[in-house]
Amino acid sequence: MQAARLAPARAARRRAPSSPGARRRPNRARRREAATGWLFSAPALLLLVVFLVIPIVLAGWVSISDWGGIGSPLSAGVRPVGLANYRALLTEPGLPQQQLGLSLRDNLYYVLLVVPAQTALALLLAVVVSRKALHGRGFFRTAFYFPSVTSSVAVSMVFLFLFADAGVVNGALSYLGVHGPAWFTDPRGLLHTILSGAGVTRPPGLLAQHGLLGVPWWDWLAGPSLAMMTLIILAVWSTSGTFMLLFLPALYNISGDIEEAAIMDGAGSWTRFRRITLPLIRPALFLVLTLGLIGTWQVFDQVFLITQGNPAGTTLTPAFLAYQVSFGNQQWGQGAAIAFILFAIIIVLTVGQRLLLRERGIAATIPGRRL
Amino acid sequence: MIASGAGIVRRSSRRAGRRWLRSGLYLALAVLAFGYVYPFLLEVGTAFKTEADAAGHPTNPLPHDWVTTAFIQLGQQDFGRWFANSVLVAVLVTVGRLLSDSMAGYALARLRFRGRGAVFTAVIAVIAVPGVVLLIPKFLVIRQLGIYDTYPGLIVPLLTDATGVFIMKQFFESIPASIEEAAHIDGAGTFRTFWSVVLPMARPALIALTILSFQGSWNNFSDILIAHQSPSLDTLTTGVGRLVSGQLGVATQYPLKLAAAVAMTIPVAVVFFVFQKHIMRTGDGALKE
Repeated sequence: MQAARLAPARAARRRAPSSPGARRRPNRARRREAATGWLFSAPALLLLVVFLVIPIVLAGWVSISDWGGIGSPLSAGVRPVGLANYRALLTEPGLPQQQLGLSLRDNLYYVLLVVPAQTALALLLAVVVSRKALHGRGFFRTAFYFPSVTSSVAVSMVFLFLFADAGVVNGALSYLGVHGPAWFTDPRGLLHTILSGAGVTRPPGLLAQHGLLGVPWWDWLAGPSLAMMTLIILAVWSTSGTFMLLFLPALYNISGDIEEAAIMDGAGSWTRFRRITLPLIRPALFLVLTLGLIGTWQVFDQVFLITQGNPAGTTLTPAFLAYQVSFGNQQWGQGAAIAFILFAIIIVLTVGQRLLLRERGIAATIPGRRL
Repeated sequence: MIASGAGIVRRSSRRAGRRWLRSGLYLALAVLAFGYVYPFLLEVGTAFKTEADAAGHPTNPLPHDWVTTAFIQLGQQDFGRWFANSVLVAVLVTVGRLLSDSMAGYALARLRFRGRGAVFTAVIAVIAVPGVVLLIPKFLVIRQLGIYDTYPGLIVPLLTDATGVFIMKQFFESIPASIEEAAHIDGAGTFRTFWSVVLPMARPALIALTILSFQGSWNNFSDILIAHQSPSLDTLTTGVGRLVSGQLGVATQYPLKLAAAVAMTIPVAVVFFVFQKHIMRTGDGALKE
């Protein structure tokens, strides 16, 4: 009885003096922690808001305004023009629409050729370099990765030299008795060249009269020009090392037991690659494809440095066109609108890929255990 | 005995076949590696050629006579100034990113505060915005702030990057909190704990971030391009870029251009070879040998 009465009393006494303080201290500590949290995030957050969020809002305003590059876009004289800039680019026939059409065509060929090539090459390099039995693994890995470390300017310089009229590639071709082409000045598309070899030099009327975004279908189907091909080769050469690095961890994670079991079952190396390696590295593969798709729609440096969109608009890209229209022609509204159209394209592709990935995700959870 | 003898014979013939196959694979690999290395050999070799030699024998990486004319010419261009500007930008940007990224990453990983989830979501959203799309917007804000064509205009916009914040957050979440808690109990404040306990533990992540930031800002072309117009503010990328842009395969001054390419590659190459182990760790991290 006494003990029973004493126990809660003791407990109460023990709690009584410390209880308010104990409750206040975590409270104060928590508040201080919250303040510190904001303080620690502040520099990064402030910079991201000022140089990423506000710019997007400001550019959004410029894209629907008539600002001509003089004074501040926020000054009183600048008026909204609604969607006029977007209309000029997307629906009204004219030079802006045609330029955008050309840039989308050129970039599309770039994406269609670069993404599969860089992914396949990166995977090949990663598979080779990840073999433990390979002698000189470190050398090969460094050799393949080094182009990724150097700047776009240095790489562009080298490629200008490689593909110059009297440059390295044409020099090598001349040893084989082939007269090399003018890589940077021949505006003909590859598909057109092939067709003209087959005797088709003029478009069927239907393809010439109709088109999309001010570019006739015949020109949409021109194929990449030789200048575009050099940009494509440059991209594949200089990015495959980076993507190789993304494949390596996934390849190292494949357990040797599965490989061994497959060898015991008599699976050849190609079968093992297709049925075991490929399904198991699917997440890395999707990552590389996504990054490749996003990156190839953003090509700017090389176009600026090597071709400036020439010859005959066959190496225009939306990113370069946006720069040229705004910084060159001072048509800032249109330039900003092109940037937003490019933004929309990239977002749609990213979201589309993610949806695809989610669907495939289910399949990826059942990796190639069965041979 | 007989059976195993036959086995040895069969195995050795199979081994011979495999040796042939392996030699073939190495040959293919060597050709592939040649494709990656040869342009760099040409780059370095041509930088030491005379102009006539570069134009006459473009495919030969070895100069007929080794000359340093191109590098002397570079000195007469504003190369020294570009180099100094590049160093300034890369160093300040790297230091800024190390500080701001690690602080924000730590706050997002460890400190509890209202709005943390929102901040993290914002960081992820920012990573998703393609950089090239931001060129015009960034220029507008830089001009609006009155820092266009100044050093702050080149540097301040690059002082933080969302990817770095994300990397640091992931790292801090991967190390145990017990040591910091011990420091806390010993009476150290949050900043003190962060500076003298957390950061030293974060060395691997900080090294990775240093490499990424230095390489990224040293090689940055487009952000520098839109932030200035005075030649005196050119970094190596924009200065050298101005030498060539839009000259469409005109075969002139290649020793000069390639000498510039070599000189601007040396610093990142040094960083690369010094920290190579850390860079390649992404590949070797999971490797059990």
